[in-house]
Amino acid sequence: MNGWGKRLVIGIPLFWLFLFFLVPFGIVFLVSLGSPQFSVPPYSPAFEWDGWWPHFVGSFENYIFLTEDDLYWRAYLGSVKIAGGSTLLCLLVAWPMAWIIARAEPYRRNVLLMLVILPFWTSSLLRIYALMGMLRQGGIVNSVLLWSGIIDQPIQMMQTDFAVYLTVVFTYLPLMVLPLYSTLEKLDGALLEASADLGASRFATFWTVTLPLSLSGIIAGCLLVFIPAVGEFVIPDLMGAQDSPMIGNVLWGEFTRNRDWPVAGAVAIAMLALLVIPFMILRSSPALREDG
Amino acid sequence: MPKSKLTVTTALATLAMIAPGALFAQENVLNIYNWSDYIAEDTIEKFEQEFGVTVNYDVYDSNEVLEARLFAGNTGFDIVVPTSEFLRRQVVAGIYQALDYSKLPNASNMDAELMAAAAAYDPENEHSVIYMWGTTGIGYNTELVAERLGDDAPTDSWDLVFDPEVVAQLGDCGVTMLDAPSEMLTAAMNYLGLDPRSTDADDLEAGAELLASVRPNVRYFHSSQYISDLANGDVCVSIGWSGDIFQAQARAIEAENGVDIAYTIPTEGALQWFDMMAIPVDAPHPDLAHEFINFVMRPDITADITNYVWYANGNAASLELVDEEITSDPGIFPTDEAKQRLWASEVYNARTDRLVNRLWTTVKTGE
Repeated sequence: MNGWGKRLVIGIPLFWLFLFFLVPFGIVFLVSLGSPQFSVPPYSPAFEWDGWWPHFVGSFENYIFLTEDDLYWRAYLGSVKIAGGSTLLCLLVAWPMAWIIARAEPYRRNVLLMLVILPFWTSSLLRIYALMGMLRQGGIVNSVLLWSGIIDQPIQMMQTDFAVYLTVVFTYLPLMVLPLYSTLEKLDGALLEASADLGASRFATFWTVTLPLSLSGIIAGCLLVFIPAVGEFVIPDLMGAQDSPMIGNVLWGEFTRNRDWPVAGAVAIAMLALLVIPFMILRSSPALREDG
Repeated sequence: MPKSKLTVTTALATLAMIAPGALFAQENVLNIYNWSDYIAEDTIEKFEQEFGVTVNYDVYDSNEVLEARLFAGNTGFDIVVPTSEFLRRQVVAGIYQALDYSKLPNASNMDAELMAAAAAYDPENEHSVIYMWGTTGIGYNTELVAERLGDDAPTDSWDLVFDPEVVAQLGDCGVTMLDAPSEMLTAAMNYLGLDPRSTDADDLEAGAELLASVRPNVRYFHSSQYISDLANGDVCVSIGWSGDIFQAQARAIEAENGVDIAYTIPTEGALQWFDMMAIPVDAPHPDLAHEFINFVMRPDITADITNYVWYANGNAASLELVDEEITSDPGIFPTDEAKQRLWASEVYNARTDRLVNRLWTTVKTGE
């Protein structure tokens, strides 16, 4: 490929990221430096124009405010807890799935992969509503359990943490299965045979050969699930009891209820910063680097 | 305010920030942004035929979504229908244009008393006229409540949701509240004998304390989920908006599932709110927008809407065309005596807003 083609290939995604990630991010950051007011738009600008020169009039007090009320910190930890738990559950469910798909006959593999991807074609909101129909008091699950005589009172499943975890896992599972599948599929079967030939038990092979070799898939999958799950607010709102605030819901409240776009912006920026730093650390981990 | 759903809410609010405004700048077009399920099935069609125009009719399901879009500016909408309390703030922010009453001859059909009440939010009704109005009261499943509390259950009182002993007996069949901080706090303050319009921090905190005391038996706080849950019998008592409770009632009747839902405006009083038609300053078709508002204020058109959505309207001339089943229902058109006990919400300043919302978070999370 000549120099221009190469630049174009790299340039398009870079331009895309610049336009739809960096620019909005910059706008949010500027908003977070202002203060709320009744106007269109509902915040004071961070810069005033003094002739041709921008003149800084904003402040960082919104960031200081976040540290003064423990609500934000607790909500963030609550989100990390739910996202972390869901990521772990996803991994436990997805690893065996990915393994089975990767080891299946090639002609079956595509069908199995299709089954994983297919739910993505429906809006996640529709899938959440379908789950609500199953879990509610008079829903399918309770009806079947009552009918079969296993329980004599419907179980309260909606508005519980159980419903939140179940829905998050259900929604994000494909994001864990796919990267795991792509690493496990590349795994050389000869390595497993060698391990068995050298006398390792099946567990020892799994623990010392298969699992470490799938580490890059595990990390990629965990990041893909964990990051969006931290910001999740639809699922806890629809399925949860709202007794533990999540940062996404707090942010929504700042933006709409308090009409405080600057504080909402500060929450968003702080959240991103708290997520990016661990990501940078992970990025420099050897497991990811080897894989390129 | 028939519906509010956080889900769609935020997705739309986010989209709104990036969607270019004024998409429909051509002539003979009217862009209306109204609550979902809040108009008769043929109203728009009738308007389009009579005036030879095309209507882009878009819907939202929470005041917050509407407000986020309005504050971002340049929406391209000609007509919006915010609730009074939100309208007040938007008027202050200069979002609406003054109505030209010379283009609204049908305004003479409006109920003067109700328009005067609505003027508390928009002085002299300068920017808005009443679309529909309602109350925030209690919907309940008659059978499940009688089963637990007997025939003398306090179904005409806020005791049903605010007396911890009563609520404790109802906890197992499901008690829900709106996820609407100021509405729930003021109802609690009124129950305690405090002025529901008070902005005193101690009063607000007392209201929050009462809510916290019943919190363990509240299943959830949500502003639309209760409609289907009441209709299915999944919950038995909900603080909710009048028309939504009637919608739950209608759904249960339709499903023939044996669930009987009733709505009550408690004797201690309830919040009265107005959904108001208004024209944004930057509306691309202000003349046509006036035509539409005037059209809706025709007695037959407003009556059609009330007959379909079961919300009270502010149009005195339309009442004789409204089904008697609706006009005679004290839950929709309260008796004069009950009207005396309705209160209007106070519009908070930013500081009080923050306090109310913070107290509400504490109530919900129980910490």
